[in-house]
Amino acid sequence: MPQRTATIGSSVGLHARPATLFVQAATATGLAVTIAKEDGAPVDARSLLSVMALGAGNGAKVTLTAEGDGAEAALDDLVRLLEIDHDAAAA
Amino acid sequence: MDVQQDRGQSPVTAPEMLTGTGASTGTAVGPVAVMSPPPALPERRPQAVDAAAETARAAAALERVADLLQERAAAADSEASAILGAQALMARDPQLAANIAKEIEGGEPAEWALDTAVTGYQELLRSAGGYLAERAADLDDIRNRTMAVLLDAPMPGLPDPGHPFVLVADDLAPADTAQLDPATVLAIVTRRGGPTSHTAILARSLGIPAVIACVGAERLADGTPVAVDGDTGEVVVRPDAERVEAAAQRAELRRKVLETSVGPGRTEDGHSVKLLLNVGAEDPDAAGAHDCEGVGLLRTEFLFLDRETEPTPEEQYESYARLFRAFGDRAVTVRTLDAGSDKPLAFADQGEEPNPALGVRGFRITRAMPRLLERQLAAIARAVDATGARVRVMAPMIATPAEAAEFAGLAREAGLAEVGVMIEVPAAALLADRILEQVDFVSIGTNDLSQYTLAADRMLDTLPGLLDPWQPALLRLVQETGSAGERLSKAVGVCGEAAADPLLALVLVGLGVNSLSMSAPALPAVRYALARHSLQACRDLAALAVASAGPEEARAAVRAAASPEVAAL
Repeated sequence: MPQRTATIGSSVGLHARPATLFVQAATATGLAVTIAKEDGAPVDARSLLSVMALGAGNGAKVTLTAEGDGAEAALDDLVRLLEIDHDAAAA
Repeated sequence: MDVQQDRGQSPVTAPEMLTGTGASTGTAVGPVAVMSPPPALPERRPQAVDAAAETARAAAALERVADLLQERAAAADSEASAILGAQALMARDPQLAANIAKEIEGGEPAEWALDTAVTGYQELLRSAGGYLAERAADLDDIRNRTMAVLLDAPMPGLPDPGHPFVLVADDLAPADTAQLDPATVLAIVTRRGGPTSHTAILARSLGIPAVIACVGAERLADGTPVAVDGDTGEVVVRPDAERVEAAAQRAELRRKVLETSVGPGRTEDGHSVKLLLNVGAEDPDAAGAHDCEGVGLLRTEFLFLDRETEPTPEEQYESYARLFRAFGDRAVTVRTLDAGSDKPLAFADQGEEPNPALGVRGFRITRAMPRLLERQLAAIARAVDATGARVRVMAPMIATPAEAAEFAGLAREAGLAEVGVMIEVPAAALLADRILEQVDFVSIGTNDLSQYTLAADRMLDTLPGLLDPWQPALLRLVQETGSAGERLSKAVGVCGEAAADPLLALVLVGLGVNSLSMSAPALPAVRYALARHSLQACRDLAALAVASAGPEEARAAVRAAASPEVAAL
């Protein structure tokens, strides 16, 4: 199954606006995307509550998986999204 | 007791007067709109028969709530829109739906399944602490709304009758008040709440008249006309034409008078009393646009709360510099991080404390994390260098002259010239002279000083009388501090909510206070009151207040002796 690792770039960690953007993007892929913290169990990347509850802070490493058509490209996009600092970009 | 159940038993129909505590000055007349309380689970739990139908019912209710939140997000400004959008996403959360379906499979009806699934996520978020713990409150909102749909109960939350209204509620939560629009909410009446409660502070900061702890408010029904007096605490139900006219005239007079009240703060005889602004997370440029002589209290917590890690020195520097620039040559008083107790930080958690208000908070955090304050002071000093602004720094929760000296040493070492401390602990007020020997100025935080002097928890709404800022004991401590300032020729300010009450502001000035810091809507009325009293008149009013038997008597005595133009505002 296609898999990627990403480092959380958001200075506030993967919650608030960065988590919302990520979940919206994961949902938009139409694929069953999962996200896991190092040594953690994978959770549904389309679930904002599950993603926030990961508590992935700035610099945390996460693993994404997805299956189906276009999974490779979708994962690449999601990794990019996770690695930008949205707050710095907005300021 | 809740508003919903009580209403209808003995509705208010004839002209009648309800009485509560005036919590935010001003008068208003308008129709009532009741904020419905969150629906509770029914007492009887029906037998769930058709799991598929129950799951579909729960899904439909969540979908409706998500749509509703999405609609409101589309209508809101960008910041509120992002929050509402995230809430809509939570209502559409596939895992939440899956957990609800699992509960229903186990035999629960939709309402109970919703409650259990939401509680599960809340526990998960609360155990993570910090920012995530606060998101648990967002889930409350989703549960309450979805429950209302499932039970066919009125939607909880702020009413939206489509015209300006007097908001009537049991009490307001921070989430409710954040969305209050002063253009549509004419006044606020709550059955519970205290003078330092969230409702009261917010109403004052928005300039909305408010009556709290109002007995009988639960009997007010949608559409009933009421006249609200935020000074006397009176709520007249179905007021006659005469009273409506009087209230309208008073509101008009107030508007006119306040429009013409501009410029620096002066007593009638020209004695300067600096009128300053309390500033937190708001936009620096908007804050700087207010007619004030500077910032009397910059709450730097907004930079630190809601975060997992400490803001970087660079980030802090940029925020401070932006604010300093917005105020140009007007002085900005920066309060260093006031966390702990009711404002816990994820990265500076002090653990569970049995009495958080008496625990490691304010300057005391320095004991556990000395570098935190040093980094903040360095960032402030850097912003001062870059902007050339006139900046004063002060530490919160100082109890002893030794602590004041310690803070002054750290601040001066960082290169900051004007150093002060907050007076919010009675011990500090009693030794204000010795504290003033260590620093350049002090600022009295009346809300905390009141809590510690009267031994009454600010977070409780059951002790409103004790937390009244007119308590003579509190005024005596202000007097102690003011006299010390006069003897040593050092500045004494007040930055608590007390400074925003025009009559009490006169008393504070009479007690030796020479700057008053408040939220922007309160500035014109305080400025107007000052301009109509000489310094000696303020001293006379102060003597009356301190000598009074209690807060009610103090308020009445000062109102009677003050300029009638000010008392009539």
